[in-house]
Amino acid sequence: MKILVCISNVPDTTTRVRFVDDFKKLDASGIQWVINPWDELSLTRALELKDDASTGVKSVTVAHVGPASAEPTIRKALAIGADDAIRVNAEPADAYYVASQLAEVVKTEQFDMIMCGIESSDHNGSTVGGMLSELLNFPSVSAVSNLKIENGQVVINREIDGGKETVLVPTPVVVVVQKGIAKEPRIAAMRGIMMARTKPIKVLEPLAVDTLTEVAGYEMPQPRAACKFIDAENPKQLIDMLQNEAKVL
Amino acid sequence: MAVLVYTENWDGKFKKLSFELASYASKVAEMLNTNSVALSIGKTEAGELEKLGNYGVNKIINAQGEGLDKLDNQVFTKVIADFARKEGATVILLANNNTGKALAPRLSVNLKAGIGSGVSKLPLSTSPFVVYKRAYSGNAFAKLQIKTDIRIITLAQNSFELIEKNASASIENETVQVDKSMVKTHVQEVQKQSGKVLLTDADIVVSGGRGMKSPDNWAPLVELADLLGAATACSRPVSDEGWRGHEEHTGQTGKIIAPNLYFAIGISGATQHLAGVSSSKYIVAVNTDKDAPVFEAAQYGIVGDAQKVLPKLVEAVKEIKSK
Ligand SMILES: Cc1cc2nc3c(=O)[nH]c(=O)nc-3n(C[C@H](O)[C@H](O)[C@H](O)COP(=O)(O)OP(=O)(O)OC[C@H]3O[C@@H](n4cnc5c(N)ncnc54)[C@H](O)[C@@H]3O)c2cc1C
Ligand SMILES: Nc1ncnc2c1ncn2[C@@H]1O[C@H](COP(=O)(O)O)[C@@H](O)[C@H]1O
Repeated sequence: MKILVCISNVPDTTTRVRFVDDFKKLDASGIQWVINPWDELSLTRALELKDDASTGVKSVTVAHVGPASAEPTIRKALAIGADDAIRVNAEPADAYYVASQLAEVVKTEQFDMIMCGIESSDHNGSTVGGMLSELLNFPSVSAVSNLKIENGQVVINREIDGGKETVLVPTPVVVVVQKGIAKEPRIAAMRGIMMARTKPIKVLEPLAVDTLTEVAGYEMPQPRAACKFIDAENPKQLIDMLQNEAKVL
Repeated sequence: MAVLVYTENWDGKFKKLSFELASYASKVAEMLNTNSVALSIGKTEAGELEKLGNYGVNKIINAQGEGLDKLDNQVFTKVIADFARKEGATVILLANNNTGKALAPRLSVNLKAGIGSGVSKLPLSTSPFVVYKRAYSGNAFAKLQIKTDIRIITLAQNSFELIEKNASASIENETVQVDKSMVKTHVQEVQKQSGKVLLTDADIVVSGGRGMKSPDNWAPLVELADLLGAATACSRPVSDEGWRGHEEHTGQTGKIIAPNLYFAIGISGATQHLAGVSSSKYIVAVNTDKDAPVFEAAQYGIVGDAQKVLPKLVEAVKEIKSK
């Protein structure tokens, strides 16, 4: 079995985002770029599966649609343990554009399981994985919180509103992962970092694809009213304010 | 032209989220001068479908057929896409929950329709079609233009007020033939969380962090939640350490919620935590550290020890409940 982990390159989760060009573009100055947290976890799970010989997982490849400036993030994925990487050399213009490029990668390289995260922490799209599956006409399972390979079968736990389900799906399949898929992201060890330098990153030129959406601009959240402090000896006053001022009780 | 809204059911029933969707769909239909159509797939209890009409949808399609009682993304995508074509839908609305996130992107490709997900307001304009959605994990909002003739929207839960119309809608029963070989997702086991208020559905949430100090200190927090009809939640370290179940973890890598009222008890207010709760209408923070960042996000705060403050809050709520 060959696994493909799709990774997006996002600002570090503690970044205070700012915009330039009249709120049309992210101010990229000083931003630390990281592997999207979900993708780091799905890579971790893919590597755990590969470590276990009984799963029959032969290789773990990462794919990214992005310009050359994203290579440090790809190298990090290689340092964590991915065998090789594919980069489609293009600005990730919108979800449909990205999914179409990834679909082409899957068609030419023939992966059995494709893993995507439930959302990128920048666009919060929750779209690329599902689009990819439809483009390929593969089954998909979303909100995956646990994934095993038993007797050649993919066994998945998926979250549903108010519970979870255990499901079986045939390969090739697209799985969209969320919390639970791995406990902690695997950290790159010194040896991994050394080895990553020699691992191949295949660079592909993009297909011509139309975008379906376009960001017209960003807005910052409304500033919240300053906090009203209530005496710790008198929480009754808080309840009173919630009831009569905020009217939420 | 029409606005088609997929209203999922849970064990045959609809819930507030379904009515938010119906309300939103009928409002968008008004903006576009067209009709709104609700699509229900699979069995529903008697009297449930009628409830949707109350929120302004003009028609309800009741699609029934074997193989439609468990979610298979390909099968459901086909069913929704077929009805969308039949109705000439130009806007298709789903919830931004697990089901909506699974189906909306597949529909997007199937219908060559651009998608705006996690939308929290009515479209800002319909020509061009621009939606307002969450971005950068709640640190910003994006105005996203959908350039295609058909648009897909997933609506963030608890972000849109219900609009009751006291109207009724016509119900059309449709039988759907599902090609068995198309069903690829085989459900082996279902585990339901019973009895508790679901975190994603709750109007009030009481959440504890590492400042609760020990898993043994949770009783007054749970009591407060029970009294308020609230769901309980926690920060990530609390669920990582097994003090509370994983289903309670809120934040960027946990659940993203938007209740009317969120109590953050002994939670520092890290950006990754706030990413999951910043859309709450009101945040109350209880923390021993007056400089904790959570107070920047909160409208009401108490600087104090959770173990001392919680019992007093419980008493105060009991008092108002007894009135
Ligand atoms: C990629 C990534 C994703 C993450 N995702 C999430 C996420 O989804 N959700 C999440 O929660 N975290 C997430 N985190 C972790 C986050 O950065 C914080 O570490 C975490 O939220 C802190 O949890 P906490 O507030 O409970 O604990 P702490 O930061 O330890 O804060 C405890 C607070 O309790 C107060 N306190 C202490 N004693 C008392 C007392 N007796 N009474 C009242 N208050 C007291 C302290 O003053 C302090 O403010 C993520 C981190 C990363 C790197
Ligand atoms: N530029 C990209 N290159 C590769 N994979 C991506 C890219 N953008 C998003 N993805 C994948 O799609 C998932 C969901 O992203 P999104 O739909 O943007 O929220 C991510 O967790 C990645 O697995």
